[in-house]
Amino acid sequence: MEHVRMSRFQTVLRGVVVGLGAIVFLFPFYYILIGSLQRKPDPSVAGAFPNPANITGENYVQINERIDLFRGLLNSGIFTAGVLIGTLIFGLLVGYALAVLQWRGRGVTFALALLVQVVPFQLLIVPLYVLIARDYGLADNYLGIILPFFINSTAVIIFRQYFLQLPKELFEAARIDGASELGVLWRIALPLVRPALVTVVLLTFIGPWNEFLWPFLVTKEASLQPLAVSLANYISNVAATASNPFGATLAGAAVLAAPVVVLFIFFQRYFISTDIGSGVKG
Amino acid sequence: MTTAVSDRSSKPMTTVWHRIFGRNPLGLLFSAPYLVFVIAIFAFPLLYSVWISFHDFFFAAPGAKVATPFVGFQNYITAFSDPRVIQSFGNVGIFLLINVPLTVVLSLVIATALNRVTHWRGFLRFAYYVPYLSASVAVVAVWLFLFSGTGLVNQILGPLAPNPSWLINEGWAMPSIALFVTWKQLGFYILLYLASLQSVPKELYESASTDGAGPVRSFFTVTVPGVRQATVLVLLVSTVTGANLFTEPYLLTGGGGPNGSSSSPVLIMYQQGLQQGHPDVAAAIGVVLVILVLIIAFLQNRFAGGRD
Repeated sequence: MEHVRMSRFQTVLRGVVVGLGAIVFLFPFYYILIGSLQRKPDPSVAGAFPNPANITGENYVQINERIDLFRGLLNSGIFTAGVLIGTLIFGLLVGYALAVLQWRGRGVTFALALLVQVVPFQLLIVPLYVLIARDYGLADNYLGIILPFFINSTAVIIFRQYFLQLPKELFEAARIDGASELGVLWRIALPLVRPALVTVVLLTFIGPWNEFLWPFLVTKEASLQPLAVSLANYISNVAATASNPFGATLAGAAVLAAPVVVLFIFFQRYFISTDIGSGVKG
Repeated sequence: MTTAVSDRSSKPMTTVWHRIFGRNPLGLLFSAPYLVFVIAIFAFPLLYSVWISFHDFFFAAPGAKVATPFVGFQNYITAFSDPRVIQSFGNVGIFLLINVPLTVVLSLVIATALNRVTHWRGFLRFAYYVPYLSASVAVVAVWLFLFSGTGLVNQILGPLAPNPSWLINEGWAMPSIALFVTWKQLGFYILLYLASLQSVPKELYESASTDGAGPVRSFFTVTVPGVRQATVLVLLVSTVTGANLFTEPYLLTGGGGPNGSSSSPVLIMYQQGLQQGHPDVAAAIGVVLVILVLIIAFLQNRFAGGRD
């Protein structure tokens, strides 16, 4: 009896702690919304609650005058779409080859895909900048922004993991029936790993959408900058001159964060912890 | 009949072919684009970066041929006789000392708790992932607001608030960034631990409980050893993330301020290499940073990895 009461107490305590933690983690996002709707910035404790007298959509108009939000979203979208296309085509092909086919160099390729994930990308900024922006002349060019992210290595490993789970006999049977390897991949393997596709799209999406350093280095022209870059430039340069810099900045932050948050709310059930875990562990 | 003959005649050809490329040479063809990508974007630039660090290298107009003489360790000497560079490495040291232990402890504890929670499971997990999913630039904006001199955090703390405020205080700037990054990345590490917890055998908990171990005891005797592999990974990834620090000091503390107390090596690489046009010195800083990260990763693996 004593034991039961004890464990019940623990369950409640655990729930309270985890719940409070979740509030701490979510609060800044709630605050982005509240702050972006305030006519006058109100940093007081009362300001954390909606006040009908102080609500306005003006901040969204103001940030849109400084940085073209639509243009920024479009550029972020092009950057992200480029990476998704590269990853879904070429990443899928390698993942399949690594899991299903026997070929020389398979072990090395898999080792490379793991290694790439621990190479600190920022350390490559100097040589990549020299090569892509200077030698190839791809500064201020969508291609130059996309190139270093074109194929997501984590996605390669997740694809491999999923294809490994499929029974080998399935492929053998299809090949005996005369299907080409691409046919096997397209008609047999792909439909069976649809959950992997969703996981990979979600995981790959957040990389380029949120990326700041690389597009910041290679785009000087405002009309080509992804939203993360134009918002960051606004924060570091222009914020001082706006009448409500915090409101305008937070309005920009809301526009930048919203697509990813909405996407994950819709597809949350696909984003299963074990997938990502196995993906990173290899 | 004819097919059998042609099969026999083509057999030696295919064996040679298979011996060179393996049973399904198509695998190499499927992987070729990825291999080209890895070589062009990771392997070659990595080597090129080492090469640049040993030469007198500067930006020239595209296509122009300029001399880039070998200068030995000159770029390294230039880099590390600059006190700002030394300071930036020290700053990352402070960052790692705060961020890495905090990350490991918090993510394991939260993952263990989340693993047992039965109500609101999806929502709770999502709450912890959101910061990880969101752009740094977006969440930096709200932290600037929350932690400014008159911000909500200081309003709540009242007289306990540091003066000058967090991000413009030499002593607090780097710890604030370390806290920010811990909060931002924690969801990813919770995810790793949640995955790893699934592979800890349930019987171990049962037998620990039969032996009279309470939840705290069984956490230390069953959970912690059970997720050791994940811990090694969390240590590695959080260290690499720390070494990569750029966006936060660039935006949160206005370029590594105050007085360089929150600068990071990557920020200095950007300022020296790309803004001031000394890519050779920046490359030298990068090479040293990679070597340090490798040493730290090796030590972590040695001491936390155990023998398995």
